[in-house]
Formats: sequence, C-alpha cells, structure tokens
Amino acid sequence: MDIRLPAAVATDDERRAVDRILGPPTTGWEGGERRRVDGHVATGGHAARARRHLLLPVLHALQDDIGWISDGAVGYVCERLVVPAAEVYGVATFYGLLSVAEAPPVAIHLCDDIVCRTAGAKELFTALADTVGPEGSSDGSRTWHRSNCLGQCDAAPAAFVQAAGEGRRTVIRADLDRLAAAPTDDREPAYAVIGDPVLTARFGAADPGDLDAYRASGGYVALRRALEIGPDAVVAIVEASGLRGRGGAAFPTGRKWRAVADTEAAERLVVCNADESEPGTFKDRMLMERDPFAVVEGLTIAGHATGATKGFIYVRGEYPDAENRLVAAIEEAEAAGLLGDDVLGSGFPFHIELRRGAGAYICGEETALFESIEGFRGEPRAKPPYPTTDGLFGRPTAVNNVETLAAAVAIVAEVPGAANTKLFCVSGHVEAPGVVEAPFGVTVRELLTVAGSARPPQAVLFGGAAGRFLAPAELDVPLGYEPPSPPLGSGAVVAFGPGVDMDDVVQRIAEFFRDESCGQCVPCREGTVRQDEALRRLVAGSDERGLIDEIARVMRDASICGLGQTAAEAVTSAIALGLVGGAR
Amino acid sequence: MFGAGGGTSSYEEIEHTDLIVLWGSNARAAHPIFFHHLLKGIDNGARMIAIDPRRTESAAWADLWLGLDVGTDIALANAVGREIIAAGLTNDDFIARATTGFDAYAEAVEPYTLEHAAELTGVPAEAIRELAHAYAKAPTAQLCWTLGITEHHNASDNVFALIDLALLTGHVGRYGSGLVPIRGQNNVQGGGDMGALPNKLPGFQDVADDDARRRFEEAWGCTVPAEPGWHLSQMFEAMERGDLRALYVIGENPAQSEADGTRARRALEGLDHLVVQDIFLTATAELADVVLPAGAAWAESEGTVTSSERRVQRVRRAVPPPGNARDDTDIIVDLARRLGHDWGHPSAEEVWDELRSLSPIHAGMSYRRLEELGGLRWPCRDEDDPGALFLHGRLWEDPPRGPKAPFTPVEHDPPKDELTDDFPIRLTTGRHLDSYNTGVQSGRYRSPRRTGGTIDLSPEDAASLGLAAGDRARITSRRGSVVAPVRIDRSLRPGLAFMAFHYPEDVDTNRLTLDEWDPKSGTAEFKATAVRIEKEA
Amino acid sequence: MTDRHTVQIDGVAVVVEAGATILDACRAGGVDVPTLCYLETLTPANACRLCSVEVEGSRTLVPACSRIAEDGMVVHTGSDRVRHARRMILEFLGAAVDLTTAPELLEAMAAYGADPSRYGAGGGSPRSSAVVDNDLYVRDLDKCVLCYRCVEACGDDAQHTYAITIADRGAGARVATEFDVALPDSACVFCGNCVAVCPTGALMVRTEFDMRAAGTWHEDVQTVTRTVCGYCGVGCNLDVHVQDGAIVKVTSPFDHDVTSGNLCIKGRFGWTHVRAGVDGS
Ligand SMILES: Cc1cc2nc3c(=O)[nH]c(=O)nc-3n(C[C@H](O)[C@H](O)[C@H](O)COP(=O)(O)O)c2cc1C
Ligand code: SF4
Ligand code: SF4
Ligand code: SF4
Repeated sequence: MDIRLPAAVATDDERRAVDRILGPPTTGWEGGERRRVDGHVATGGHAARARRHLLLPVLHALQDDIGWISDGAVGYVCERLVVPAAEVYGVATFYGLLSVAEAPPVAIHLCDDIVCRTAGAKELFTALADTVGPEGSSDGSRTWHRSNCLGQCDAAPAAFVQAAGEGRRTVIRADLDRLAAAPTDDREPAYAVIGDPVLTARFGAADPGDLDAYRASGGYVALRRALEIGPDAVVAIVEASGLRGRGGAAFPTGRKWRAVADTEAAERLVVCNADESEPGTFKDRMLMERDPFAVVEGLTIAGHATGATKGFIYVRGEYPDAENRLVAAIEEAEAAGLLGDDVLGSGFPFHIELRRGAGAYICGEETALFESIEGFRGEPRAKPPYPTTDGLFGRPTAVNNVETLAAAVAIVAEVPGAANTKLFCVSGHVEAPGVVEAPFGVTVRELLTVAGSARPPQAVLFGGAAGRFLAPAELDVPLGYEPPSPPLGSGAVVAFGPGVDMDDVVQRIAEFFRDESCGQCVPCREGTVRQDEALRRLVAGSDERGLIDEIARVMRDASICGLGQTAAEAVTSAIALGLVGGAR
Repeated sequence: MFGAGGGTSSYEEIEHTDLIVLWGSNARAAHPIFFHHLLKGIDNGARMIAIDPRRTESAAWADLWLGLDVGTDIALANAVGREIIAAGLTNDDFIARATTGFDAYAEAVEPYTLEHAAELTGVPAEAIRELAHAYAKAPTAQLCWTLGITEHHNASDNVFALIDLALLTGHVGRYGSGLVPIRGQNNVQGGGDMGALPNKLPGFQDVADDDARRRFEEAWGCTVPAEPGWHLSQMFEAMERGDLRALYVIGENPAQSEADGTRARRALEGLDHLVVQDIFLTATAELADVVLPAGAAWAESEGTVTSSERRVQRVRRAVPPPGNARDDTDIIVDLARRLGHDWGHPSAEEVWDELRSLSPIHAGMSYRRLEELGGLRWPCRDEDDPGALFLHGRLWEDPPRGPKAPFTPVEHDPPKDELTDDFPIRLTTGRHLDSYNTGVQSGRYRSPRRTGGTIDLSPEDAASLGLAAGDRARITSRRGSVVAPVRIDRSLRPGLAFMAFHYPEDVDTNRLTLDEWDPKSGTAEFKATAVRIEKEA
Repeated sequence: MTDRHTVQIDGVAVVVEAGATILDACRAGGVDVPTLCYLETLTPANACRLCSVEVEGSRTLVPACSRIAEDGMVVHTGSDRVRHARRMILEFLGAAVDLTTAPELLEAMAAYGADPSRYGAGGGSPRSSAVVDNDLYVRDLDKCVLCYRCVEACGDDAQHTYAITIADRGAGARVATEFDVALPDSACVFCGNCVAVCPTGALMVRTEFDMRAAGTWHEDVQTVTRTVCGYCGVGCNLDVHVQDGAIVKVTSPFDHDVTSGNLCIKGRFGWTHVRAGVDGS
C-alpha cells in the first residue's frame, strides 16, 4: 500500500509500546534500520495487509504505556502494519478508551449510568470536579470522564482507571480515596441461587485460578465426553437441550453450531462474546472472574462441535480482572494439553486468542465485534449474510455469549438441571445486589425478593437498556422465552425504589443510546439524538409522545442492528407506564 | 509484438488475473486509472511483483519488490528465464506449438545464473528465484511495463527479454495472461494505429508490403515509398549531418523533451525552416519560423484516440479553439490546398471512414458503433465484430494460425553512462502524479501536490553529502549541470537519485540525460545518467 | 439454486438473475425506490436506509440496495411502514443537514411530506462549516449526510488512497483526515473521486463552489460533452461541462468501464490550459 506517513516521528517509548505487540521491526521498510539489502528487495502486499487485525492490540499498547496515541505514534503504526494514517485515526477515535489527544497518565472513568447515579456517583462528580477540574480537563496527572455502565452494578458506584505504564483497575464502591489508591479488591462474589446451582456452582467454592480445583469440581468432563462422542453428537445434545443464546438475541445455540458445522469452509471460527456492556448486566464478568476455565472449556467444545480450530475471546476493555483470569486460564489449559495442537491427545487442534475491547457498547453486537477484531471501526454489518456463513475474517463463525458457553459445558457434562437454569443480574434498590441463578419460570418478584428488595420498587427495568420497564403485573409472570414473558435480554433486573427521579433515569437511558450509536445508519444516528431531545422537551412539559413514537418506529424498523432497533424500547415503555414527564 | 503494435490485453483482464508483474512502471503515478484496474485485481486476490530501481508508490503495493540496479533489466529477465528452464517450469506444449527459437534462447540465457544475475542487478538471488517460480506457476499472469523498460539505449532488447518470458510460460494469448505496455501519452497508440511510425502504414501495415502499399497508392493517387523513414533520434542525427533541413512538428516539444536538451536545441536552431503546430507557444515553437496555433485535441476538436488497451474512442469538441487557433485537420487540409491539393472540407468522420476503408483492423469501427459501445478494441474487422479483448489467441488454436512467435535472445548491456568516481550517483527520471511531460499543460492548474523540480535523494546520500531537505544542490552529468532543491525520499537507496522532467523552466533535467538512443525504436536513455551532486552555496 | 428468481414487487411478479438485489428487481419492474448512499460503482454502505422496503416474513424493513432477492420473496415498497421510515429518514436529514445543493433529496422530502421543522431549531448532530484548504475542492461538512460514499471512493472501492475516514462515532461521526489535518497535509492525491460521488454537494470542486458563491453557476445552460482525457494513454472518458463557452468542471461517466466515474488529478483538474476555461490565462 502506498502510505503517506504523518510528519511527526514516534518517540522511543512509543516505538517500544508498539514493538511489545509486534516484535521489533525486521526491515527498513517497516520502520527499522535501513539495511543494504532493503534497497534491493521488499515484501509486503497481501501478507502485510493481513496483519491489520493487530491494529487494536497495538493501539491498546500505546494507550496502556503512554496514556494517549500521538500522531508520531500513528506514523509508526502505519509503517509497521501498512495501515493508512486516516484509517488508524478513524479506528482510534471510535473507541472510548483510546485517546488521540494528549492526556495525563491517569484517566478515571466514573460510571454515571442508571444504577451508579442513584448510588452516589453524582456526588463523586462534584468532588472530582472540585479536585481535578471539569470533566475532560487535566490536573497534570489525572483526567476524568463520565462513563456508561461499567458492569459493576453489584458494588456501585464504580470507576475504571487507566494508569499509563501501570495498568488498568476497577474501583468499586468508589470514593475519592479509593479512586486515588484502591488496589483491585479480591471481593467475594455477590450471588444467590434459587434451586440448585449449576452455573454458579464453583463461585466461592473453587479457586478460579486453579485448574485442578476446576477439574475436581467436574471441569473438563464435558470436553472429554465431546471428544469421545464426536461433533455431530455434541451438536445434537445441545440442540435437544433447547439451549438459547444468553447474549440477548436468544437464538438456539444448537442450530447456530449446526449451521457452522454444515458449511464446507476449510477454516471456521468460534468467538466468545465477552464484551458485556448492557447497562445493569454483570453476569458474564462474574463467570469469567469466578469460573474462567468453564469459558475456556465451553469455547473448546464449541470449536470441536463446529469444526473450528481457532477461537477468539473478545473481552470488554473495562474488565481487567476478568481478562487476567482468562489469560491465566488459557495458559494453564495450554500447559495441560487442554488447548493446543492436539487437545487431550484426540488429534483435535484448538487455540484461543484473547482480544480486548476498547470502550464501545456496539462491539458486543456480533458483526461489530468482528470488525473490531479485524482492526476496523466497530460498525455492524448488514445481515444477511449471517456470521454462520460470513463471519470473522469472512469465515463461518459461531459467536456465543459467555454464559451460553458455560451452560453448554454443563449440558454436555449432563449436570442435572443444566438446561433449565439462567443467570439474572439484580441491582439498583435492593439489599443484596448480585447475580441470581434461577430456573426458568422464576418471576421478577422472586428475583427481587432473593436480592432482598425491602420495598416494592417504583419501577423495574428488565433486560438492560435495550429491554423495557415492566408493568406491575409483569413482575409475577414466569420468565422464559415465550410470551407472556417479557424478552429476557441480557438478564438484567434493575429496581428503582421510591424517590428515584425516573425522569432522570429515562433520560439517562436515551443519552446512553445517543452516546453508543455507532453512527453508521441514519435512523439510529439521528433518531437517538432526536429521541433524547424530544424526551427532554417532554420532561419539561411539552407533549412529545406522538413524535417520540414516530421516532421509535423508524428506529425499530429501519436501523441496521439491534442497537437502533431497541433504542426506543425503554423510553417508550416508560412513557406508556407513566414513569416520565407530566403524565405521571 | 509478433507483428501487432499494441498491448495484448484489456484492462478488465488484470482484474481477473492471478499474478501481476509490474516491470519498470510506476503506474500508480503515471497511469492512475489503469492502476485502479490493477488494484481490483489485487483485491480479487492477485499477487503482484514489482521490478523497479525505486520502491515507487506502485511497488509499495507489491507482495514482492525487486529493486534492481538501473539498466539491468535484461540480466534479471534472462536469469528469470534461465531459472524457469532449469527448474523445469517451462510450458513445453506452448513452446513447441507456437514459438520458434527456443534452443537458441535457452543457450543464450544459460550464463545468467541466479548468482550471476544477483551480482549484475543487486537483487538477492532468492528474490529472483521467487519471481521466476511465481511467474511460471501462475495460472494466468499479466506482465506490464512502461518507460522504465523503454527509456533505455537498448529499449527494444528490454522488451524482447520480457516477451521471451511470456513465450516460455505461455502467458500470452489467453484471457488474463498477456503483455501490457502502458502508453505514456494519450494517443501514442493512436499515432501508431494511424501509421505515424517510420516503417508502418495505418493499421500497422508494413511499408515493405507491396499489396498494402498499392491499396494506399490507389486511394491516395500517389506513390508511397517502400523504405522506412526516420524515427525521431535519426531525424536529429540527420539534422546534425545537414541531411534534414526543414521540420514540421505537430504537438511535440522536442526542444525540451529530448534527452540531451542542449544538443536538441542546437539541431533545431540549425534548421532552414521549422514549422510548429501546437496549442501552446512551446520552447520548440519559440524556435520556429512559422507557428500554427491548434486546438486542444481532447476538448476542442473531433476525432478518435486509441488507448493502451487498443480501444479506439471518440474525442469531441466541447469548446471552440480560442482566437486564431484551428483544428489540426483544418490546418493540414488548408496546407495541402496551398500546396496544390484540394482535399475538400472533410469532417472528422469522413477522414476516419477513409482510414477504415484502408486499415482492416479498424474497418468495423464506425462512428455510430464507437458512440454506442463506448469505444472498440482493434482488431475489429467488420460491423458485427465486437473487437478483440486480447490478441494472439491464435497461438493457442489447434493448429496455431499464422506465423509462430519467435524467441529473441538478448544480452545484458549496462547503461552507457558509466558510474565513476567523478560521477558516482545513478540518476533516474520519471513522472509525478499531478504533472505530465514537460508541464506545458499540467503546469497551468494549481495542484496542491506539486513539488516542482527537485533532486530526490536517499536519506543516506543526503547525509553523506551534507544536504538537508530544501537545500539547493548542483547536479552535474557529463553533459551539463543544473541546480535543484533537495527532497529526501526513503524509497531510494544509497547511490540512486531521482528527478522528474516536468519542470524544464525551473530545472531542465534533460540537460543532464544522455542522448544515447535505441537503434530499433528510437527512444532515448532517460533512465540512466551518471551524476555528481554537490551542495550549492 | 436456479439461475433466475421470481419476486413479487407490489403484487407484480418480476424475474431477475440470481444474485440481483431487491433494488435491481424493483428497477426491473419499473418500481421507483429512492436511494441516497447507494451508487452502482460502490459497495452498498447500507447507511442511509432510504431504500428500505418491506419483505414479508422479515421482522424489520430491509435495505433494497444490498439485500439479495430470493426466489418467492414478497416485497412491498409503498406500505405505511415503508413510507413512514422514508419520511422520517428524510426529515432527520433535513433537520440536521444543509440540503440546499441536494435537489433530489429536497424533491424526495416534498414527495414524502417530510417536515424537518418538527425538531425545532438547533440540536441534532453537531456539524462544522466549509473548509477551503486547497485550490481544487471544498469540503462543507454542514452538507454531509454521512453516506460513506466519499470514504469508499477514496478507499476500497476505487482510489485506495484512504486519505479520509469516518472519525468518532454516533452523532459525532464525521468525515475526516488523520488528526483532522488539512487536505494538503494528508495523504490526499486530489483525484476528486470523492467529490464525484458526493450526493449533496458537501464536496464540491472549487470552480463550482466559487461560481455558486458568486451566483454565476447556472447548470441549466451548461452543456456536457463526452471526450477522452488528453494526458496519459489509459483512455479515460471525460464529461466536459461548459458554461458560456468556458469549461467549468470535468467529470467522468459512471457507466463507462474504463473509469467507472473515477479520474486522476490531471484528468479532473488539469484542464485550465484550455484557454477558454474560467481559470485560464
Ligand atoms: C448493541 C448490541 C450489543 C450486544 N452486546 C452483547 C454483549 O455484550 N454480549 C453478548 O454476548 N451479546 C451481545 N449482543 C448480542 C450479540 O450480537 C450476539 O447475538 C450474541 O453474542 C450471540 O451469542 P449467544 O447466541 O450466545 O447469545 C449484543 C447485540 C447488540 C445488538
Ligand atoms: S443501528 Fe445504530 S449502532 Fe446499529 S448500525 Fe445503525 S447506527 Fe450503528
Ligand atoms: S481527492 Fe481523492 S485522494 Fe483526496 S480525499 Fe478525495 S478521493 Fe481521497
Ligand atoms: S461528504 Fe458527501 S460523499 Fe462524503 S459522506 Fe458526506 S455526503 Fe457522503
């Protein structure tokens, strides 16, 4: 590619950060020393362009080590990866956790989403504004930003801190002192169970860093069985179990695996979607932190069942603890022959690569996730074609949610009740926010009760920001995949007690979508903005219900992806229930 | 090539080929829209190998770039040929049925081992081997070149060396496999079509062909000499000898475009009579006794041009020529009238129809069809003929039709302008994307990319000469000396410098270049000059 | 799979080649479907959603420009849902973007009864104004509908220069160079292939921009003559736009297979040597 490099030159530190991912440059053409032979021969072309997928890891390395991505650094990235400068810039500016403006070493992302803002986040903003300065400003060593839900709703208010050269950390129950100092807590998992635990069975019982403990508690039984009975039988078991995707779309997992297994493609892929960013949702994080081997085993089984020899885990950038657990688990599994060229001596080769998201809710959408891994802006693709035929790198791909994979492990291992259990994330105004494992048929009221909801809530948001507010009667509907159950979405249950300013909450949801739209399609890019504006006017007393409804219709009907299609659900349901504006 | 004066392939084929070999061509800058087709090929999965002394913006797209020393193309090509033979990768069936002279070729290339070629060209043996194997093994391959091959004292030999490779591997005469010279100027191909070659009549009919000549003589009512005329370099020699005393120049600027410009100007000044017909008062026109102002062919007159894929297309008058300027045809017809021949007032279409009646390969190209089909590729023999996508398909017919294609063994012959301690740096010339030839047309719009005339140096040479970007440097060859600002270019290696030739008013590059021309084609050696570079105070 | 597919477009059976899109089918059936980001020479960006149609059995509307027509598909192009979506999309654009140089969109807005004033003044996605940083073309992102055409033309679909990209996301998304440097400092090679595909005049050649500003741009009296570029030997077709005997702009036909509408800097801008040109001297 004929690339015009920016004039600025990378510093040694910046080069080191990039080289940490790519290794040192081997030729003058790649930004290394110009050797004599470089004047007479060079390689590039398809092979060079095929390394584009390393772009996001390289940008992460710069952000991690330097704290921001300069034009000089971009130039070096261009040289190393043969990616044009504008493309690098377009990708870098897509993601919330990457900065292309000079920034101090520490960036604090303070959650002000629906749960945290009702749990003290607002007070923290004032405090930070007083000590550091207004949002986005720097006191020389720190800057701070408001963040969308960080997936720590069980320990609100939460923050996520990027410290250049030191690493990333999560701060739970944040206050000014803890923001400055708090090391990562090794907190006890907040969870509860209705019935017998399956997915949470190892929480608190087995050391998540210990492969032997995992094996001693039933781990890798499923993979052994899968290798024994063969892919076809595994797919049949999963089909028969009725397992459906837990990432929100509830697509039958067996059918998805079958579709990939049935393709003729020589190369197929499996992906674990661990980008969990739906407001009010933190079950996947809990699984990765508490039972990481189950995720690794689940992806291995998915690979075996679909005929894939490679799997990716795309983990949310704000989940450093989960990422560390997964990295350790993958290493241990490799060392134990549970991953590698010959898994358990069966002749089945399977490798897992971990990729980190960079602060974009939309990258949880499966095709946006592909784009992100491939090194592009996380803009969803049109479907069809579907991932099962044209997925990651154009290969047939099975994408599965973390919980889906954990459930599949239990199902293949024939754990009793495995097919009938689900994780819910209960947070907001409840005594004991956390993950609740419960069998299908449970009601929202029961979930709230287990979490110690003292008083009946004013409102319940179900399924995440993309879900909807429940009518009072719906609290007692048995939950499942068929109506009258409301769609399960991500399994989030957020309770708002009396006294919560619901105008504020609903506007925050509208703001969330306005902020997280990828901006690609008109209905969503413009619709989320106009919905937000109309809602503000409605709260201020103007009757905008008709307009909001019209906006909702076009977003639902004509947006490319699920984000735009669901961006009006919560708002319109809140209006219908009289939760916002004068109608209350 | 084998009797047809055009590239064998159409642009569409490069989009569907398996391997693109771009040899001595910076098409990205010089032929940007051809490069679009090439990029489609790459997007469709084609591999590309580039051969060029510089790692140009075109070569930057290649899977493999071979940075040979200037003027060592034949050594490289012969080594590729030898390796293909030695590795048993020749297309024996094709060689047997469609070619002649293989044994002599094999013998001639035998000394060009990979190691020997590596010494001659500077390119590592392994890379030469990879080129050979890739070309021979590719199901289809397009071999493209431009001035990097032809602006040498042995230009024709360079081309033969490449043709030989296509014959060895059967990469010609099939969809996706061909030999593609891309024309530097908008109607060089059309000039050839019309017989503006010393040895050809319109339609590439040989002047020595009695039948062909007779048809023209009948149509034109005059005798057509059977001996070839002079090509450009021969004309200049004739001027210097005093054998050529009067010159009629149409749309050329030899005072600035000829290698060794000082010498060219002197020759033009020595003429008894010089007529220049051009849209500008060029440097050549300034020397003329009579200047005939003409309209810009592409926007101010009617007619046809032929592109590098042999496609004849219509040009049309969008605006009238300014002031006293007139259509080229009108000027010529008027001139004929003054000389006593009344050719009437033919329209462009009538002129074209006469051509169609005399040139079989253009016979099917009526104006109506050219309009409707957006142009036609020759040969197009009648009005039902869709024109030819590619040439020489006959070589694959069973049995092959027409004459067999001959191998033409050629020998490496280094550039005439030798590198010595006094002239240690190899200067090569080329084009910039936003400029064209001597800049008379392109110099008039305001390109944000125009760098003007610079001397481009490798970072290493600049450092050792104590030159920084923007410094003024004096460049001296055995023929002349110019001053130009320095540009640092990482695509150059130590010992190799580059200048464009678009800015003769500022930096007259051709004062430096060598007027050593190829006896077969008449092109001059612009690409290889030995120079000394010094900091200018 | 058969080679031909039959689809019902508004109740009429239309037969198309396998691989044809719903839009192809609609056009074959003589049914008008408005488009904005779609262009024959580019990969569908799927961004504007103006071509949305209703396909029976599909939960959401479907973009006609990129959805492959399947045998037996039943398509409605004029249903209430379809008309509502189109009206809203046009309204959204009309409320956020200066469409004064996009007459086709203004017509479509009138046809669909779009009323951008409903959203009040201000608000919407933030935009900036005209950037004049070179002599050849102007960018006025206030007129940009983010159709992605320019980015595609500069990138994978034609030029492969990748000088421009979409930067930021959501409402902040915009066409930009790296770090928003001026075009002459970017990788731009001034081919103008982005300008050629821009549907709204957000990208405009400098002659047209200046003449419009001076009130002297009169498309109705302009003639367009097809010819061939006078520079290199590739044979690019040019459409020469002439007003009052002077060249005012050069474009290339999208339906000619040599250029597919693309040119290089010389072909698109290097015409001022023709003395009659407005810039000539
Ligand atoms: C805006 C958006 C965000 C999403 N985020 C996630 C996510 O964070 N995790 C997830 O598993 N699925 C997410 N999904 C759903 C995925 O697209 C996909 O359906 C899922 O990963 C498939 O896995 P499953 O079948 O196991 O649920 C998201 C979808 C949309 C539209
Ligand atoms: S619906 Fe929204 S998030 Fe999805 S593609 Fe369109 S703009 Fe992007
Ligand atoms: S002029 Fe050409 S290179 Fe420049 S931005 Fe437009 S398409 Fe890209
Ligand atoms: S500048 Fe024009 S072509 Fe580019 S996205 Fe905007 S409207 Fe489309």
